[in-house]
Amino acid sequence: MSTATHTPKAKVPPAAAGAHNHPVVRAAVALGRVLLALIFGLPLVFMIVSSFKPDNQIFADLASINAFLPLGDLTLENYLGVFDRVPFARFMLNSIIVSVLTVGLGLLVNSMAAFALSRIQFRGQKIILTVILATLIVPFETMALPLLWWSNQLPWIDANGLSQGWLDTYQIQIVPFIANAFSIYLFYQYFDSIPRELDEAARVDGANWFRIYRSVVMPLAGPAVATVAILTFLPAWNSYLWPLMVVQSEELRPAMVGIDYFKQLNVSWGQIMAYATIITAPVLALFISFQRAFISSIASSGVKG
Amino acid sequence: MTTGIIRKVAAAGVVAALSVSLGACTKGGSSTTNQGTSANGTTELAMWTHNAGNEEELGAITAVVDDFNASQTKYKVNIQAFPQDSYNQSVVAAAASKKLPCILDTDGPNVPNWAWAGYLAPLEGLDETLGKFLPSTVGQYKDKNYSYGYYDVALAMFSRKSVLEKHDIRIPTVDQPWTQAEFDGALKKLKDSGEYAYPADLSTGFTGEWWPYAYSPMLQSFGGDLIDRTDFKSADGVLNGPEAVAWATWFRSLVANEWVAAKGGADSTKDFVNGKSAILYNGSWSAKDAREAFGDDLVVLPPPDLGHGPKIGGGSWQWAVSSSCSAPEGAMEYMKFAAQDKYVASVAEATRNIPATDAAADQVEAFKPGGENDIFRQFAKEFAVVRPETPGYPFIATEFTKTAQDIINGADPQQALDQAVLNIDANQQSNNYFE
Amino acid sequence: MPPAVTPDLAPAGNPRSRTTLGHQPVTVAWLMLVPAIVLMVTFLIIPIILTFGLAFTNARLISPEPARFIGLDNFTRLFSSPTFWRSLQNTVVFALVIVPVQSAIALGLALLINAKVRGVNFFRTVYFLPVVTSMVVVSMLWMFMYQPNGLINVLLAKIGIDGPDWLGDPRTALFAIIVLSIWQAVGMHMVIWLSGLQTIPGELYEAAALDGAGPWRQFLHVTWPGLRQTATFILITITIAAFSLFTQVNIMTQGGPLDATSTVVFQAVRTGFQQQQTGYASAISLVFFAIVLVVSLIQRYFTRDKEARR
Repeated sequence: MSTATHTPKAKVPPAAAGAHNHPVVRAAVALGRVLLALIFGLPLVFMIVSSFKPDNQIFADLASINAFLPLGDLTLENYLGVFDRVPFARFMLNSIIVSVLTVGLGLLVNSMAAFALSRIQFRGQKIILTVILATLIVPFETMALPLLWWSNQLPWIDANGLSQGWLDTYQIQIVPFIANAFSIYLFYQYFDSIPRELDEAARVDGANWFRIYRSVVMPLAGPAVATVAILTFLPAWNSYLWPLMVVQSEELRPAMVGIDYFKQLNVSWGQIMAYATIITAPVLALFISFQRAFISSIASSGVKG
Repeated sequence: MTTGIIRKVAAAGVVAALSVSLGACTKGGSSTTNQGTSANGTTELAMWTHNAGNEEELGAITAVVDDFNASQTKYKVNIQAFPQDSYNQSVVAAAASKKLPCILDTDGPNVPNWAWAGYLAPLEGLDETLGKFLPSTVGQYKDKNYSYGYYDVALAMFSRKSVLEKHDIRIPTVDQPWTQAEFDGALKKLKDSGEYAYPADLSTGFTGEWWPYAYSPMLQSFGGDLIDRTDFKSADGVLNGPEAVAWATWFRSLVANEWVAAKGGADSTKDFVNGKSAILYNGSWSAKDAREAFGDDLVVLPPPDLGHGPKIGGGSWQWAVSSSCSAPEGAMEYMKFAAQDKYVASVAEATRNIPATDAAADQVEAFKPGGENDIFRQFAKEFAVVRPETPGYPFIATEFTKTAQDIINGADPQQALDQAVLNIDANQQSNNYFE
Repeated sequence: MPPAVTPDLAPAGNPRSRTTLGHQPVTVAWLMLVPAIVLMVTFLIIPIILTFGLAFTNARLISPEPARFIGLDNFTRLFSSPTFWRSLQNTVVFALVIVPVQSAIALGLALLINAKVRGVNFFRTVYFLPVVTSMVVVSMLWMFMYQPNGLINVLLAKIGIDGPDWLGDPRTALFAIIVLSIWQAVGMHMVIWLSGLQTIPGELYEAAALDGAGPWRQFLHVTWPGLRQTATFILITITIAAFSLFTQVNIMTQGGPLDATSTVVFQAVRTGFQQQQTGYASAISLVFFAIVLVVSLIQRYFTRDKEARR
C-alpha cells in the first residue's frame, strides 16, 4: 500500500493517514469500502441482470438472492424487444441534441453573465446577483403549468417563417433550461478566485472586456466549465416530466420518455430494465472516462461556497 | 485546456444545431398537429392514440387508418402514437394549450369533462350505428354521443381450480357468485393454510385510474356510489352513507386480516402466475398470461356479490373528434368509416378485449358464445357500471383514489368518506355544477 | 440597458478610459448579462409572476369558463386542509433528516476513498453510479426492492428481522423514501467533499502528525476547518434538492399511505395537473416559495456570518 510511503510533498494524504497503518484498521476500512460498493452497486446489478431475464423469472427471483445473479433462463429477447418497440436511434439522437445544446449554450450564457457580475463593477450588480440566487429555490415542477401556457404564446422564427407557440419543438426542451442560476453561481465563485491583476495586465495591453473574458478568464476556468457541464448535462439527459407535457411528435421525444412505452397494460419489466440499462450506459461511460478530470474539476470550483 | 473544451463544445453545438434543422426538415412543412391541406387537395387530419409500444393495438388501428386513406382521396389521416402511461398528461397539456388533433382517443370516463370544456365535438349521424354498441363503449354527455370505443374490458377474479378444490372452496358462477361471507371465508381458509402471505391480490400496487375503475364497483355492490347520479350535484349520502361505510370497513378488514396487501407488487399477474397469490383481481387482459401458465386449471370468476349484485367497471378507450378540428366533416367521415363491425372485430381481436358489438363478437373466435373469453363479455353485459358521467369525474377519481388508499391503510372510514364528499361537493359547486 | 454610463465605477487604478465598445465597462457588463437575464425573465420570472396571479383566481386547467378573481379563497382552503399541513410537515422532516445525514454520509464516503490505494477509482465510480442513473429508473428499482416480499425483506429475514411493507406502511414509507434519496444523491456530495479534501495541503497533516495528533484530532483541527466552504456549498445544494422532493414520491407512493409521503411540490402537481385546479395549485406554489425563501434567507444569514468572521 502506498499510503505509508507518501512524501511531505504529496498533496493527497488520507485524512489521518498515519493511524490507518494498523492492520486491523486497514482491514476494517477495506471491508467498509466493499460493503458500501455492494450497497451502491447492487440495485444496478439487479437492473442489468434482470434485463436478461424473462418477466416471470424476474418476479420469481425477487424473493431471493437470485435477483442479483445471472442464473436461469437468460435471454437477449428483452433487448431485441426494446429495439422493436421504440424508435431507439431517434430517441437517443434527440436526447443528445437536447443535452448538448442545453449544456453548450448554458456554458456560454452563464459564464458571460457570471463574468459581468464578478469582474466588472456597475450599479445594480448586487441586486441582480441576489435575484438570480433567489431563483435557485424555485422547483421546476411548481411552475411547469404556467410555463407551458406561456411558452405556447411565444413566437419563433425559422425557415418556415414566423410562428406562434413552442409546443412540440426542440427549442421548448432546450431554451428554458439554458440560463441557470446554479451555473451562474458556480462560475461566479470560480471567477472570483482568479486574480484580478490578470485583467489589469490585459487591459494595459489594450484588451477589451470581451477579450479578457475569452482569452484571460475562460482559459483558466476549465474546472468550472467541466463542473457546470456535468451538473447541467445530468438533468437534461434525465428530463422526463417536461417532455411528456410539451412534446407530441414521436420524432422529437427524448430517450427518458421511452420508458413509458413499456408500461402498457401488460408491463414488460424485462424490457424496462433493458431500456433503462441502455439509456444509462452512455452517461456512465462518460463518467468513467472523465471521472479523474471531473473530480479534480469540482475540487477547484465547488469548494468556494 | 479550456479553450479546447470550449471549442469542442462549440463544435458539438454546431453539429447539434445542424441536426435540429435537419430534424425540422424531415418534419417537412407539416405543422405540429399534422393537419392542413397539401398541394394535391388532400386534407390531412391528425390522429392521436395511446398505443405507442403496444404493437398489436397500434397495428390494428393503423390498418383501419390505411383502409380509410385508401378508400378515398379527399382526406388523409396521420397517426401519432403516445405511450399510454403518460397519454393523459400529454393530451391534457395539449388541450390546455389548444393544440388538440382532429381525432383522438380518450379514456371513457374523461369524455364528459372534455365535452363540457368544449374540446370535443358531438358525433353527428352516428346514432343508429352506435345504438348497436355496448352502452359502456359509447361516451355520452347531455344526451349527445361524443365518442365510441371498439372494445370494453372486464374486471374478474382469477384463480386455479386445483387450489380452490384443495381448500374446499366453491367455484362461483355468473348466476351464483360468491356472497360476501363466502368470499371472506375463502380468503380466511387460504390464509389459514399458511401457503400464502396474502391469499388474494386485488392489484393494490397499481396506481391512478385503476383505483376508481377497480374498487368503486365494490362500493356500488355494497349499495354506495361515487356521486348521486340523479343530478350529479352531490356525493352526500351515497359516498358517505351507511352502505359506503360498510364497504370501507370491509375493504379495510381485507388488509387488517392480512388477506390482501395494502400495497401489492408492481405486477399482480406475474405474482399470481408465480404462485404468490391464490386469487387475482385484475382486468380481462390478464387472461392470456394466466392461461399460458395454468391452462385448464385457470378459472375466471365473477367478482363477489357484496349485497347489490356483482359489479365491474365499464368504459375503456374511445375515439372522439376535437372541436378545434379544421376539417370536421373529414373527421366525421373517418369516424363513420371506422365504426364498421369488421374494424370493431379486428381491433378487439388484436387487443384480446371484448368486442363492442354483437356482430363483431361473432367474428372473433374467443368471444363467440362458448369461446374461452365469452365469459368476460357476459360480465360486461351483466355487471358493468360506467363511471359517473359528469365533467367533475377526473376530480372525483383522484379524490376516490386517495380516500380508498387512506381507508385501506387504516383511516377512519366515516371521517375519510366525509372529507371526500366535502371536497367533491365543493368542486362540483365551484364549477356551478357544470351547467 | 442602464440609464447612464458611469465611468467612475470602473475599477480603481485604471487610468485609461476608452469609448469603443468592449471598453465601456457598464455597457459591456450589460451586454454580457442580457442573454442570461432575458432567458431568466422569460422562463423563470414570468412564470413565477403568473403563478402569483393565478393563486388569487379559480383558474382551471380545462374549463370553458374564464378564470375569476376570488381573493384569498384558495389560501383559506389551503390553510384548512390537513393534507397541506401534513405535506408541509413531511417536506420539513425530509429536509431536516436529509441535510445532515446525507452530508455526513457523503463526508464519510469521501474520507473512506480519499486515499492512494489501489482500486480506489473503482470504489469511487461505484459509489457514484446511482447519481448518473435517472431518478425515474432508480425509483422503479427500489419499488421492487421495497415490496413486502422483496429483496430488502428477504435479506432482513436472513438476520431474523421481519421487515415491514416499507412503502405500504405509514410508519415506514417516508423513511424508505429518505433512504432511497440518500442512496441516489450521496455520490454527488461525496465527490464535492472529496474535492474539498484534496485542496487541503498535505503539509498540514504532516505538521499535525508531528505534534502527535491522532486521526480524530487531525480531522477536527485540520480536515474540518479546511472544509468550511465546501460545507456551506453542500448545505445549500442539499437543502434546495430536499425541498423539491417530487419524482420519487410521484412514482413510488403518490403521497400515500395516509399522506405519509405527501410533499408540498407533490401536492402542487397533483392538484394542478390531475385535479385540474390551476388556481389552487398556484396558491400552494406561492406559499411554498415563501417558506423556502425564508429558509434560504436564514441559511444565507449564517453563511454570511461565517465570511464576516474570517
